[in-house]
Amino acid sequence: MTVVEQLNRDWQRFTPLRRLSRFAFYLCAVAALVASLRTIEIIPEFLYDAPEQMVDLVQRMVPPDWSYLKPTLDALVETLHIATVGTVFAIFMAVPIGIMGASNVTPNGPLNLLAKFIFVTSRSVNSLIWALLFVAVFGPGPLAGTFAIAFRSIGFTGKLFAEALEEADKGSIEALTAAGASRPSTFIMGYWPQVRPAFWSIALFRWDINIRESAVLGLVGAGGIGVALDTAMSLLYWDQVAVVLLAIFIVVVLAEIIVTSVRTKLI
Amino acid sequence: MTSATDQPRRRAAFPPNWRARIGFVLLALYVVYACAHMGVSLERLQVGMEHGQRFLARMFPPNFGRWELIVSGIVESLQIAVIATFFGIVLALPTGFLAARNLMPVWVTWPARALIALCRSFHPIIVAIIFVKAIGFGALAGVMALIVASIGFISKLFAEAIEEISLKQVEAVRATGAGFLSVLIMGVLPQVLPRFIGFSTYQLDSNLRNSTMVGIVGGGGIGATLFTAYQRFDFDVVLAILIVIVAMIMVAEVISTWARKVFQ
Repeated sequence: MTVVEQLNRDWQRFTPLRRLSRFAFYLCAVAALVASLRTIEIIPEFLYDAPEQMVDLVQRMVPPDWSYLKPTLDALVETLHIATVGTVFAIFMAVPIGIMGASNVTPNGPLNLLAKFIFVTSRSVNSLIWALLFVAVFGPGPLAGTFAIAFRSIGFTGKLFAEALEEADKGSIEALTAAGASRPSTFIMGYWPQVRPAFWSIALFRWDINIRESAVLGLVGAGGIGVALDTAMSLLYWDQVAVVLLAIFIVVVLAEIIVTSVRTKLI
Repeated sequence: MTSATDQPRRRAAFPPNWRARIGFVLLALYVVYACAHMGVSLERLQVGMEHGQRFLARMFPPNFGRWELIVSGIVESLQIAVIATFFGIVLALPTGFLAARNLMPVWVTWPARALIALCRSFHPIIVAIIFVKAIGFGALAGVMALIVASIGFISKLFAEAIEEISLKQVEAVRATGAGFLSVLIMGVLPQVLPRFIGFSTYQLDSNLRNSTMVGIVGGGGIGATLFTAYQRFDFDVVLAILIVIVAMIMVAEVISTWARKVFQ
């Protein structure tokens, strides 16, 4: 190939296979969208009075019924307990499964796969559905909510913990193994210091998410502020609903501020 | 006489971390206190285990006999997720641009950020309840609720991605005399597209998971079928539906991993 030929070559950003797969992605996306839009069942009659209904809703919510503040706050404390204890339980269960799922700590293919399967199952069943299952087991109340939050969080915390373990630097681990450290010591002194910041940030992040999630568990009877919300809604006291929503909003915003400030200090 | 105090103190290779230990003790105390507050006791756990055994026994074997109902519910959940993700992305693009502090003045980013915070702070279920009240039962309420959730998630991450881009390329495009829109399309978009596809596929997964639950409050999809089966104590049908949901989400995760690889 002469220099001139080389210079006149056509430059392309992507290989043909890549272009083809990009095209396939767009095609699938558009096809899925069109198919969904054409077949979804929507009752247009309901839409005509939507603006009226919205105005009606806002009018019923204002002014909020502040006498409902006391039960709301009690339920809010319960929600915080559910979220925190649920996160603690989740971490207790997720750490061993995360260790089992990290291919460098547990070099065993079937065990890694089993851990991945547990993570996917835990994450794909929604917190509200977990709550339904645990209400059937423990009966209505915060205990069911705590277990729902714990089981739902295993997937998220465990998966991220396993990924953090897999990214750990081999140097210090090899040094410990060379010094004759047993496997538990290698884990506690080699892996743990490396993944500790990641671990705490995962735990905090999940706690923040769990506060949001535990606020709705009460809708299926699993305790917390959702029960207050459900009671007010079933009685059509929308002014009380407004108080509950406001309380949830403030707590969620506060939790996010706390998590962000603690994370910047930790990392 | 050589006593232990005369010798230089041995430095421990791994000194005990007292602050961390106290922290763990406090956490354990809190857990005990919170469990007592919530009325958790060993007795209840034991009773629960018995219930759990009966519950599991009634779940097996899973009953796929009502498969038409399951299929129609799953299809509706898929429709809700796809439509909500699409409109969520379409609305999140401009919101994300407006919230990026390196491209926009403060008086634009501030309201955009407030909107994002509002969309993010309520759980999709609560938003779904409000939409069920406003536009009635059915898939549309679920779609609207998930659109709100998608806007909150995608535009926040999108704005952060834009704030991290290299401004050199933007300046280069601007130097050729390009207008604002061309700068966005040629200077900003190519830098953030791979990450944007990443968020979008992640949000599709997340919407798929949430679309299985909006049905519990009347927002359409498989959740309604699941809740009905649960209330009728048809726990074998519940297990069948759960298996289908887990399988669907596994497939969706494989597809979105592939999409992320293609657009890397």
